[in-house]
Amino acid sequence: MTVDKLVESISNKSDRIGRTVNLMEVCGTHTMAAFRSGIRTRLPEQVRLLSGPGCPVCVTSDNYIDHAIELAMTENTIITTFGDMMRVPGSRGSLSLAKARGKDIRVIYSPQQALVAARKNPGREVIFLGVGFETTTPLVAWTIQNAYSRKMPNYSVLCAHKTIMPAMRALCDSDDVRVDGFLCPGHVSVITGAEIYKPLCREYHAPCVIAGFEPEDILLSIDMLLNQIISGEASVEIQYTRSVTAAGNKLAQKCVNDVFKPCDASWRGMGVIPSSGLSVRSSYKEYDAELKFPRIRVSEVKRDTGCRCGDVLRAVITPSECGLFKKECTPDNPIGPCMVSSEGTCAAYYRYSRIDE
Amino acid sequence: MNKKIITSAHGGGGTATKEIIDIVREYLGNPVLDQLGDSALLNLGSTEIAFTTDSYVIDPIVFPGGDIGKIAVCGTVNDIAMEGAKPLYMSLSLILEEGLEFELLERVIASVSSAARKADVLVVTGDTKVVEHGRAGGGLFINTAAVGRRYEGCNTSVSNAAPGDLVVVTGTIGDHGVTIINEREELDLESDLQSDVAPLNTLVDELLTSVPGIKSLRDPTRGGLAAALCDIAGASKAGIEIEEDKIKVKREVKAACDLLGFDPLNIANEGKAVIVCSEDSAQKVLEICSDNEFGRESVLIGRVVSEHPETVVLRTRMGGKRIVDMPRGENLPRIC
Repeated sequence: MTVDKLVESISNKSDRIGRTVNLMEVCGTHTMAAFRSGIRTRLPEQVRLLSGPGCPVCVTSDNYIDHAIELAMTENTIITTFGDMMRVPGSRGSLSLAKARGKDIRVIYSPQQALVAARKNPGREVIFLGVGFETTTPLVAWTIQNAYSRKMPNYSVLCAHKTIMPAMRALCDSDDVRVDGFLCPGHVSVITGAEIYKPLCREYHAPCVIAGFEPEDILLSIDMLLNQIISGEASVEIQYTRSVTAAGNKLAQKCVNDVFKPCDASWRGMGVIPSSGLSVRSSYKEYDAELKFPRIRVSEVKRDTGCRCGDVLRAVITPSECGLFKKECTPDNPIGPCMVSSEGTCAAYYRYSRIDE
Repeated sequence: MNKKIITSAHGGGGTATKEIIDIVREYLGNPVLDQLGDSALLNLGSTEIAFTTDSYVIDPIVFPGGDIGKIAVCGTVNDIAMEGAKPLYMSLSLILEEGLEFELLERVIASVSSAARKADVLVVTGDTKVVEHGRAGGGLFINTAAVGRRYEGCNTSVSNAAPGDLVVVTGTIGDHGVTIINEREELDLESDLQSDVAPLNTLVDELLTSVPGIKSLRDPTRGGLAAALCDIAGASKAGIEIEEDKIKVKREVKAACDLLGFDPLNIANEGKAVIVCSEDSAQKVLEICSDNEFGRESVLIGRVVSEHPETVVLRTRMGGKRIVDMPRGENLPRIC
């Protein structure tokens, strides 16, 4: 179907539904893609896209950033991280500032590069900041397996990996979040498979469509969600069939299960969600930076900045409803992580928001 | 501990870089500097001179399509050309690190020579400093300066764009930036992608001597096409509307940007020009560009409009619209 036909179809279905429909893009990449491609400007007003908690940087707590900076200050360490993490403010500044002050913090493009850094610097400890959902976790697990089999003594991961399903479930359980359907994350689903969303459909009657990242993918997925809403159904459909299967990538799942085990995790704005995080199994404990540097303990610092990233992440408010948005909080001076990450909702609203707003 | 310090974001050419420029202007501001063009325009009696300087700290020193020597000539020559002037003379300052191999130095100087010949400029003065090992990253930094004579009656300031004018880009965008990232970070993107680094002064010469309707020229280097267009829209207090499906992006560049979470509009170019011209001269501009080796893939990408002044808007392939913002800080790869 052409873009114009899809837009027309969505518009007709929205008229048939006759009320505002809230669809959540769980994944930050969908949020950015929807803004970049101008999809939002083509949707009828009654179809609202809400951004969810699927930006890994945004849901990472201040405490984790503080911990990473403390490790960077430790003698003889090299911190390796994806670029998104660099500018996220913790309670005592960001990794970017620590780097500018001379700490050895390196932006890498794949976890494999962290292993290479460890091999090239045998006298120093290379710590990778393990942040991200099911998409990145298998690769990080692979680095740990690899370091283990090569008996590398100087590599470890500061682990804050999370899994998306418990967060989606927490959103469904929340009284102040109203979502009529989920655009489920494509990259995550390549690994997990489609089956994992079934409980959401069954228990919460939440329509789910796993969407690809091309603009047409997103439009078609929205159309598919509206079909489900009109028919009163709630099932898991795969729009992103070119990459996602029902069972997912078994090899990657096995690798993750071998290295990590579920644990409770703290999500920015959502608090502690049981079994939503991953920690390094004891069989690989020498690669867990938290255990390797037991003296580095960071206490939780409560910052009262007025930042409402937590409410944005739960789609309780849109960024423009936060009192700091475009005033104190801008991409040049981000107060919260949603303004920092390239996939953050606030950054997307700031950069690409509707020109008629 | 909490004193504000320079971070890598200040080198990105976007809004953070402006913080540095603001300090310079506060202490050194004068009518010439305050024009903030690619070059300073100086009136020396009856001759109008364009004068510019730039430093090159690129890593890696040698990359597909060029090296630090070629870029040091082309970047500076292009800054002169974009101000509507013909580059004539250059300086070359070398900051060398202990341990640099002579073979590499010679290769870079040969490249300077070749690029200067191509651009028809003479290197007439220079300087050499050697610093301790570890103080010059990859072993070699270069500073160049150049002067050029302005074409008579030409004014290519970024503040000249007016509603009704058209916007041309002289080819594909993002080639240089993605080539460098691929090399520096060893991303192993399988491609034949090369930097587009090139001297644009012969193209500008043909344009300015043949077409009267050239309004503004800008080379979209750091900050990419987005920064160049935002500069033009801001300085001209006009809106600019561009069409996504007209902008040429190589398949490899798009794939790398998708992978890393970058917008091709924000990626650096070193051999492209943004040309704003009157509507009736656009055809001639495109003809001249497509006959020049550095403008063969030139394309009309949009127009200057009276709506949304000082804002660049992209009409997307989907028929939607979005703002093209001034890039902020450096491009950082995303997590997933």
